[in-house]
Amino acid sequence: MSVSNAPALLSVNGIEVIYNHVILVLKGVSLSVPEGGIVAILGANGAGKTTTLRAVSNLLRGERGDVTKGSIEYRGEKVHQLSPSDLVKRGVIQVMEGRHCFGHLTVEENLLTGAYTRNASKADIAADLDKVYSYFPRLKTRRKAQAGYTSGGEQQMTAVGRALMSRPKMILLDEPSMGLAPQIVEEIFEIVRDLNQKEKVSFLLAEQNTMVALRYADFGYILENGRVVMEGAAKNLAENEDVKEFYLGVSKAGRKSFRDVKHYRRRKRWLA
Amino acid sequence: MGPLIEVVLGGLMAGVLYSLVALGFVLIYKASGVFNFAQGAMVLFAALAFARFSEKMPMPVAFVLAMGVMVLMAWLVERLVLRSLVNQEGIILFLATFGITYFIEGLGQLIFGSDIYPIDLGLPKEPKIILEDTFQGGILINIDDLLAAAVAGALVLSLALFFQKTGTGRALRAVADDHQAAQSVGIPLNRIWVIVWSVSGFVALVAGIVWGSKLGVQFSLALVALKAIPVVILGGFTSVPGAIVGGLIIGVGEKLAEVYLGPIIGGGLENWFAYGLALVFLMVRPEGLFGERHIDRV
Repeated sequence: MSVSNAPALLSVNGIEVIYNHVILVLKGVSLSVPEGGIVAILGANGAGKTTTLRAVSNLLRGERGDVTKGSIEYRGEKVHQLSPSDLVKRGVIQVMEGRHCFGHLTVEENLLTGAYTRNASKADIAADLDKVYSYFPRLKTRRKAQAGYTSGGEQQMTAVGRALMSRPKMILLDEPSMGLAPQIVEEIFEIVRDLNQKEKVSFLLAEQNTMVALRYADFGYILENGRVVMEGAAKNLAENEDVKEFYLGVSKAGRKSFRDVKHYRRRKRWLA
Repeated sequence: MGPLIEVVLGGLMAGVLYSLVALGFVLIYKASGVFNFAQGAMVLFAALAFARFSEKMPMPVAFVLAMGVMVLMAWLVERLVLRSLVNQEGIILFLATFGITYFIEGLGQLIFGSDIYPIDLGLPKEPKIILEDTFQGGILINIDDLLAAAVAGALVLSLALFFQKTGTGRALRAVADDHQAAQSVGIPLNRIWVIVWSVSGFVALVAGIVWGSKLGVQFSLALVALKAIPVVILGGFTSVPGAIVGGLIIGVGEKLAEVYLGPIIGGGLENWFAYGLALVFLMVRPEGLFGERHIDRV
């Protein structure tokens, strides 16, 4: 496991998250992201993927959630008490599930809001804008369009591009494939890989599309019911029989029906 | 011809005053998606502060001090009310502004007193007669009305530029679109809200001074805000120029209706004309003349 030996950029240690003071969503999640890595959090609906990302970016409070146990460290600094704005200044930015573009702003204005926390000169910002357009040429042709009227894929690109404008060291990417055609999903993940290699941006991504995520990630954690039930190098996870059966829907006996999968899950949870 | 022009001019001047109040609504709505019912109370509060301060000190100092009071109020509103309501439904924030309204009205009168206080800007009150050669009898206009129009024009221009051209303006519009997304890119909501409530406090102060110099500063100033509601419905909740155009249309419309329709269907038209017009607009064009259309993906 060479990946986990690299110095951790982000480490999450046994965090517990409670919503509304009563609903326990995360029951001790630990994970780490090495400098320059792409780490995927996988799991079904309601497993706690989004909550984990929000705990890191500190966007939980608006949802009445709170980290009650454990710690989150970024470059060795405890970041639990920092505001989202402070985190963005330190280089950690979240791209939220469902894209959340500013619908009434143009694509370009959306991108520019990403640079809000930087006191950069006009020239710097223009250069960064060009860089974003070089990664997402399609955005350049739509730069004057109101973001609300662009396609789902273009909105996802706008959201990622907007995050890039903050010059992040690490992007928390929540469900980039949501509601997008498979082709577009591949396109987005290719860009993620590109950004990772060329811009040295580390990624922590939450994804339901296990198959695609494992292809692009180096390391993966599988979350179930607020706990990490399995972790490992992406390659190993993709070959693991349980993962194949529970999340990819394939096994030695060919495709299983949904009923059988449910049965296995119940058994597994029982054992855990 | 002369009387018609006089009525239109009178309407335009009244409209400018409505616009000044409507601007405050639009600003806060644009930047936080909240309809701030307290705008009228803020006009009253700002005018009271200015009127009482100017009794004891020169006017520019009183203006600066009153502005300071409005910034302090903005900060307190953010700290005590808005901060704990982040990401709540619009209706909850709207009702919170109801609470703020009554609190500010009471507090203003408690601190500054509840009499009628004059504001004297030292402008000539005598109406002037112009264009005597063109029309028989000429046209009467007030100098302070003209000044109010100029002030409103300047305010609108600078606010429009501020929203469209500056980074902070962009951030304000972003917050209006999506609180959470704005937070996620690092826009600090707290600071944005203090800024926008301060700016609308500034607009309230200007509106309060202009209205106060005409009517005297008294409780009924807070009710002027009710006239500004049809203005924003007409112009669009999200449009700064819309607030102005809406105000002018309503100002002129109600004066014309009163003078030319009034005798036919009975008087008092001026009091409800604006609301009737707003109702029609809600039915045919709910986003107003210049408002942003609601974007839905289908």
